[in-house]
Amino acid sequence: MLATERRVRSGDVELAIREAGDPDRPTVVLVHGYPDTSAMWVPVFERLEPRYHVVSYDVRGAGASSTPRGPNAYSLEHLVGDLGAVIDAVSPSKPVHLVGHDWGSIQGWEAVTTSRLSGRIASFTSISGPSLDHAGRWLRRKLRAGRIGQLLRQMAGSWYIAAFDIPGAGRVVARLAPRRGLDPRTVRNGVGMYRQSMRSRLLNPRDGHTDLPVQVVIPTRDPFVSPALLDGIEHISPNLWRRRVRAGHWVQRSHPDLVARWIAELVDHVEGAPPARSLQRARVGAKRKPLEGNLVVITGAGSGIGRATALAFAERGAEVVIADINAAAAERTADLARLLGTNAFAFEVDVSDQQSMERFAKAVETEHGVPDIIVNNAGIGVAGPFLDHDFDDWRRVLDVNLWGVIHGSKLFAQQMVDRGERGHIVNVASAAAFFPSRTLPAYSTSKAAVLMLSECLRAELSNKGIGVSAICPGLINTSITRTSSFVGLPREEQEKQRRAAIRIYQLRNFTPDRVATEIVRAVRENIAVVPVAPEAKALRFLSRLSPRVMRLLARVDSTPR
Amino acid sequence: MSSARAQTPIGPADLERFRAVQALAYRCAEEVARSLTPGVTERQASAHLGRLLRENGADDWFHVPFAWFGDRTTLRGMRNPLKFFPSSRPLEEGMPYILDVAPIVGGFTADIGYAGCDGENAIFDRMIADLEEYRGLVLDGVRARKKLSQIYEDVDALAARHGYEPAHHTYPGKVLAHQVWHIEGPGPRTVVAGFGNRTLRRLGRSLMVGLSEGWSPLWNGGHRSDHAPVPGMWAIEPHLGFHGVGVKFEELLVVTDDDAYWLDDDLPHVRRWARAERVVARDGV
Repeated sequence: MLATERRVRSGDVELAIREAGDPDRPTVVLVHGYPDTSAMWVPVFERLEPRYHVVSYDVRGAGASSTPRGPNAYSLEHLVGDLGAVIDAVSPSKPVHLVGHDWGSIQGWEAVTTSRLSGRIASFTSISGPSLDHAGRWLRRKLRAGRIGQLLRQMAGSWYIAAFDIPGAGRVVARLAPRRGLDPRTVRNGVGMYRQSMRSRLLNPRDGHTDLPVQVVIPTRDPFVSPALLDGIEHISPNLWRRRVRAGHWVQRSHPDLVARWIAELVDHVEGAPPARSLQRARVGAKRKPLEGNLVVITGAGSGIGRATALAFAERGAEVVIADINAAAAERTADLARLLGTNAFAFEVDVSDQQSMERFAKAVETEHGVPDIIVNNAGIGVAGPFLDHDFDDWRRVLDVNLWGVIHGSKLFAQQMVDRGERGHIVNVASAAAFFPSRTLPAYSTSKAAVLMLSECLRAELSNKGIGVSAICPGLINTSITRTSSFVGLPREEQEKQRRAAIRIYQLRNFTPDRVATEIVRAVRENIAVVPVAPEAKALRFLSRLSPRVMRLLARVDSTPR
Repeated sequence: MSSARAQTPIGPADLERFRAVQALAYRCAEEVARSLTPGVTERQASAHLGRLLRENGADDWFHVPFAWFGDRTTLRGMRNPLKFFPSSRPLEEGMPYILDVAPIVGGFTADIGYAGCDGENAIFDRMIADLEEYRGLVLDGVRARKKLSQIYEDVDALAARHGYEPAHHTYPGKVLAHQVWHIEGPGPRTVVAGFGNRTLRRLGRSLMVGLSEGWSPLWNGGHRSDHAPVPGMWAIEPHLGFHGVGVKFEELLVVTDDDAYWLDDDLPHVRRWARAERVVARDGV
């Protein structure tokens, strides 16, 4: 549907409105900031238009709207009056969902914290524009507390506000505007907003308050509005969601998909839909379990460390996707996770099989959404001398232990990057990753590769907000001892060694839930490498302290007998 | 394998006496369980059990009554046997509990475990339901005359498959089961470290005999249990733990030279499973 344009009168000005979408759907009103026009919203507008009735307009004095006359023509009262006129024109019977950026957001705060438009606004998404009353009180608090550093940081970003108070500033910026591709009239008129509201409000903040659903989007790289300025905003707006994104001031231009999705999630929820996972996570002040609103995928979760990890995440409120080559085992873990009070979904997956993993990743994305955390855990053990490993033994170990991690990391990292929110990848390596041993050549090689892969991936994804951790458990009492093969031995001898190994691991009795706890910690604190059991910690330390001693240890035949 | 010296043959009249003591123990456990309300402590519950059993004819103990509430039912962090003794922990709503009593009446011993829960607890319900499989697994293993250590490993494997911790690994001797006897003769009926004096002497004698004959009255996963089932009365006590909830049953298995059967099928946990199966059959879940 093509956007229609019309003009609405508000007092002595005419406002240029752009409108699209089915008017019976929820109405979203987008208000731009300074020195922009409604064109700033185009990418978001286009993304919202298929599902909502979307409206944007040029504020007074900007873009295609007319220029007001008289003193105080750019005061907040007039700006809110304009917003009211627009809302009356586009949605006379139903309250609208307001979205404001920069000055548009400042107007939005004014609109929701005063009674003027009460009943006309259903929700408010604020991007990079604080409530001036809140900012004023913030300045006072920081002054009183002597937090000069924070004050100076914010003021360094707001120098232009003071500059705009200098007589003639409007003419100067208007002259500079064309060089930056801006409209001189819009730029010059906008200075009026700063002059007529900023100083008075900052120096004499009112006690504004709102119970409306408010979502605050915080671009953490915004040079003009420091995230600290929003500290304590929940006191004036308790019905609050807080979203952070690693972006600059014009986040609706740099991340239109993300901003459109976040707006849609709040609108849908306020209109009655259950909250999306990422909206749940953004909720401020709600009593909830620490990882509620996260979706976690765990491979090899039918037993051992994988199952314990799935349950550890489930216990903390996360929804879990359980993948295992054994469908019954996966289903059982999902059952247990549900007992802990969360949603759990079981999948039969062979991590070593590219197509199986591609189908799996696709199914997770379409049925349950992009995961926030992926734990590549599935692994197998093979022990015995190198010369007794045949080539198939090598293929089997590398296919599961290394290729499984490559498949899981690539497929889900791609989804996370495309989505543009935070994420975490956990790869379960082993203490064998840094401990050479004549007993485990193939296994150790596969795990060393997983450790290095994790480190490389961590470097690559660090600036995308996606953490990567490698876990090196140690001797953990799990069924891997029952399923490991011992090459180069007759069958009954293999069985004997297996039983010996099981007894050693049982005596050691380091349980998988302790590894799971460390995996959760690695995710929450974004730790690069986590050796878990004491022997893993000691071996890692020794591998750095004296590789020569490690080489001597590697010669010890540690086959269990 | 002969065990004549360790176990006098059990006649039908003896079995009846064993069955009566076991039924008494379960009746008392059920009565105490009914009286448990939030605020009652483990000590109060076990004292209640002891009083009730004495009033109904118990004249000695295999072991003194135990009561565990909340996550103590999983026996986690209870490697020190002193921690088995009842504590001052009060029952809270939704808490699981286990009552474990082993009275002796006229020399006949019972050792039972009763798991319950105050109010609704989905984890508890699931675990109790799963426990049924272990009862079948043990009986089938003994009937197939598998080595006891092998059956022990099978139980561990089933627990691993279910995702439960085998909490019986925490018992003294890591036992899944142990023999009980008809204790004849006199002797002071004092209690040493929670166990009856006569029981400890009897256990000592069995251990000695077993040592010479290649078997053990304590059934665990070690090499001393690498033997086929030994005739006699065995108290079987699989105990499972998961996320703060522990469940167990304990009851007597009669092992003969070439067969085995449960002494009594009319027990609370068996009735509970039968009820659940009727519900499933009716509702077609």
